[in-house]
Order: sequence, then structure tokens, then C-alpha cells
Amino acid sequence: MGRSSARSGRETRGEVHIVPRDSIAASALAAVVAIMTFLAAVTSGGVAMLIASANDWQAEVSREMTIQVRPTPGRDIEADLAKAQQLARAAPGVADVRAYSREESNRLLEPWLGSGVSFEDLPVPRMIAIRIARGASVDTAALSRSLAQQVASASLDDHRAGISRMRGMAKAAIAAGMGVLLLVLAATVLSVAFATRGAMSSNRGIVEVLHFVGAKEAYIASQFQRHFLGLGLKGGALGGIAAVLSLMLIKRLSDLILGVGEAEATALFARFSLGFTGYIVVAAEVGLIAAVTALTSRQVVIHTLRHIE
Amino acid sequence: MIQFENVGLRYGLGPEILRDLTFHIAPRSFQFLSGPSGAGKSSLLRLLFLTLKPTRGLITLFDHDTASLSADSLAVLRRRIGVVFQDFRLLDHMTTFDNVALPLRVIGRAEDSYYDEVAELLNWVGLGDHMWSLPPVLSGGEKQRAAIARAVIARPQLLLADEPTGNVDPQLAQRLLRLFIELNKSGTSVVIATHDIALMDQYDARRLVLHDGYIHVYD
Repeated sequence: MGRSSARSGRETRGEVHIVPRDSIAASALAAVVAIMTFLAAVTSGGVAMLIASANDWQAEVSREMTIQVRPTPGRDIEADLAKAQQLARAAPGVADVRAYSREESNRLLEPWLGSGVSFEDLPVPRMIAIRIARGASVDTAALSRSLAQQVASASLDDHRAGISRMRGMAKAAIAAGMGVLLLVLAATVLSVAFATRGAMSSNRGIVEVLHFVGAKEAYIASQFQRHFLGLGLKGGALGGIAAVLSLMLIKRLSDLILGVGEAEATALFARFSLGFTGYIVVAAEVGLIAAVTALTSRQVVIHTLRHIE
Repeated sequence: MIQFENVGLRYGLGPEILRDLTFHIAPRSFQFLSGPSGAGKSSLLRLLFLTLKPTRGLITLFDHDTASLSADSLAVLRRRIGVVFQDFRLLDHMTTFDNVALPLRVIGRAEDSYYDEVAELLNWVGLGDHMWSLPPVLSGGEKQRAAIARAVIARPQLLLADEPTGNVDPQLAQRLLRLFIELNKSGTSVVIATHDIALMDQYDARRLVLHDGYIHVYD
């Protein structure tokens, strides 16, 4: 073969990689990485949503208070109601005050008393719902004091007991979610590390030959590390994108099934989307898994070289 | 160039398979390493190639005490030694050209700088037509020549060959021997491990004979 035709043989082949690119072991490893990244990303997406929802539940409940005005003989309940509303509106941090009408207050009791009861003869208390401005706080002690002084039949309920229970529930949900996420991440790291070891076993001959022709440890390790980092990133990106698309699909389906903006749905799935943090977490997982793949390959190379010597 | 002093080798807690080896290999020398199967020829080659450490004794290679060298220093020293393995150890996913060029590639040389050298050597060993062939399509003799070309491409000072004629017919064995003699004449020390008496009888050279773990040198 002449030199020119020999060179053209090289040109048609392009750059030859020391570590083979398209082996069955490499494809299988990319598939394992993709599947495990998908599972880890879906789990973390789910946990991120759970945390966001739990925080929203807490925030929503914390932003509400109620004033109860009891009917008292000798007092005009409508006047007390108006006065209590006026005091509530004057309190700093209050965004909205709404008094429940008599009919609305009666309806609140219907689940317990039934619909056939005449409420006219019953001393049904009246409710005032107070909505606190986002990010603001209300001096509940001062409001309670002024209500006690000026509207004796009124009392303030800041839902402290409810909030405390809600907070405990949210914390438990977050802790459980984080626990599941950590377990899934540990399983992912271990399975990817073992799959990388499996893929590397077919490359032992290459490590030995490179060693025998005088390659330094760092050179051999870098060849494999680069290759396996690429495999990890490819598999991880596939799994991560599939997870993000799946979470988007779930949100679309939940919107369709539960209805967009439905109060219950919004309360349960306040943030049924990944959000910026969620995307960062998924990207970090892809990076972590690719790094695990690369570092495991490096470790196997070093172990193989130690074994040769 | 290479000096062994009272070198002994055992694997794990087993018996000593090489005992009190004391000999030297001079620059530009040619020697056969022989002995019955299981005598320890391959182990001695591995000691010479720095992939085994002796259990006792001193090995001096190119004026370096090998026991005191770091892994990286050993790698650099190994570049001065070419090895032809009995099973060739060619990488099946790389062409003959890329296999032969590997020792130059790992020291960081660009392909443009070694292309002509590799092509010339492949022509010299009769593989010019197989430059872009993959090892699986080469015959046993062609693989052997590719392995020899890879061992000598970086102009090593010492060439070690483990049963290089074990898988080839007598005619090709003779050609390979001539190739080793040519390399020796160009300045490379050659150690050929073989139990092929006919091959050794074809060339009057120093013989290192292993027997019962001891070495007998016939200059």
C-alpha cells in the first residue's frame, strides 16, 4: 500500500480511541446509569414537590385567623361583628377581613346538626375570617386584648394548635421523603459502581497492554475516566431528561384529572412542578452519577495495575 | 545494563521457584533463555520487565535499583524495554498501525510525528498491506510480526520475547529469528525465551538455562 493510500486509510477511520466506544458492556452500563438516574431524579422530584407542598400547607394555614363572635343576651351581635371587623382591619399585617353571614355560619353547622334544623332559635356564633398579608405577622396578643376590651363576646383563634400539628406533619413528611431519597441515591451509587466494575472487566487486557508499553498510571486512568465520564453523562442525561418529562406529564395529567386551580388539588399539590431547585437537584444527580462512573473506572484501573505488579 | 544478584522469587507462601539468580545482560548482547516447561522462564521475563518484584535479591536495570523506584519511574524505565508476548496481546479494536504506534502514543507523541516511522517499520516486517487491518483478520504469523513491531517501535534498549516462534511454522520461525538478529545488530539487546532447540541451534548465542529454579549461563 502506498503512503498516500495508507494515509487515506487513516483519514477514513478518524481518531482511534484507546478505550473502545461501542462495546456491549458500555451500552449496558449507559442503560443502567440512565435507569438509575431516572429513578433517583423522579424520587427527588417527588420529594421536592412534597417539601414544597408541605411548606405551602403550613404557610397557608399560618396566614389565617378567625374571630368568633358569640351571641350574648343584651348585646347586638351585628354591632359586635362590625366592631370586631373594624378592630381586625386596623391591626397591622392584616390583608383581608371577611365576616361570615348568618346563612354561611348556619351552613358551617349543617354537617353536625343536619339540614332540617331551624337555626333561628339557636345561638349560633358568627365567624370573621382574617387573612394575613404574605410575609407579614400580626400581633395576636394586642388584637386579643383590644377585642376583649371593646367586644366582650368576641374571641380570637390564631390556629396555633392546628399549625403546630401541621408543622409536625410536614416535618415528618419531609424527613420520610429525604430518607427515601437518600436510600434511592445510595442504591443508585452502588448499582452504578458495580455496573462500572462489570463494564471495566472487559477492558482489563487494554489496561495491561498500556501498562506494558510504558504508560503511566495517570495516563491509563485518564483514558478510562474520560470514557466512563462520557458514558455516565450520556446515560445520566437520558435518565434525567426522561424523569423531567415524566414529572411534567404527571402534572399535566393531574391538571386534567383534578382540574386546574381546584382548591383541593392546589392544596394537595401546591407545587406540582419541579421548579428551579428541582432542576438543579436533577442536574446534580446526573453529575454525581457520572462522577461515580468515572471514579469507579479509575479505581478499577488502579486496582488492576496494583494486581499486575 | 541489567544485573541480577542473588534474586529469589516465590508466589505467596509457596516454594521458591527462582533461586539465587546471579547474571547480567550486557548492552547489544543476544541470548536465549531456555529450560523445561514450568522452569520459571515467564516469571524471569516478568522480573526483567518489572511487572514482578523479587522476594529477595537485587535487580539493577539501566543503573537503577528497581526496588527503590516509584510506579511512574518504573513506567518510564519500561519504555526502554520492548516485550513480545506469546499470545501477542494486540488490541482487537485498533488497527495494526494503531497497535504498533501505541508505545509512541502513550508518551504523548502526535500521530503526524510518528506516522512515517510506524509505516516504515510495518513495511519492514512485511505488514505494509495490513496497516489498517484489525488483528482478528491477521494470521498467527502476521500477529506475531505486529507484536514484534510494537515491541521495537520505540527503539528499546532491551527486547524480551516470550516463545516468539511457538505459534508459527519453521519457515516463519526462521524469518522471525533473522528479524531479532537484525534488531540486535542495530544495537538492541535481545532475550528470547524459548524451548525450541532447533531455533537455538540456528544461531550461536549465549544461553541462559533455567533448571530447578537455578540459572546456568553458557557464554
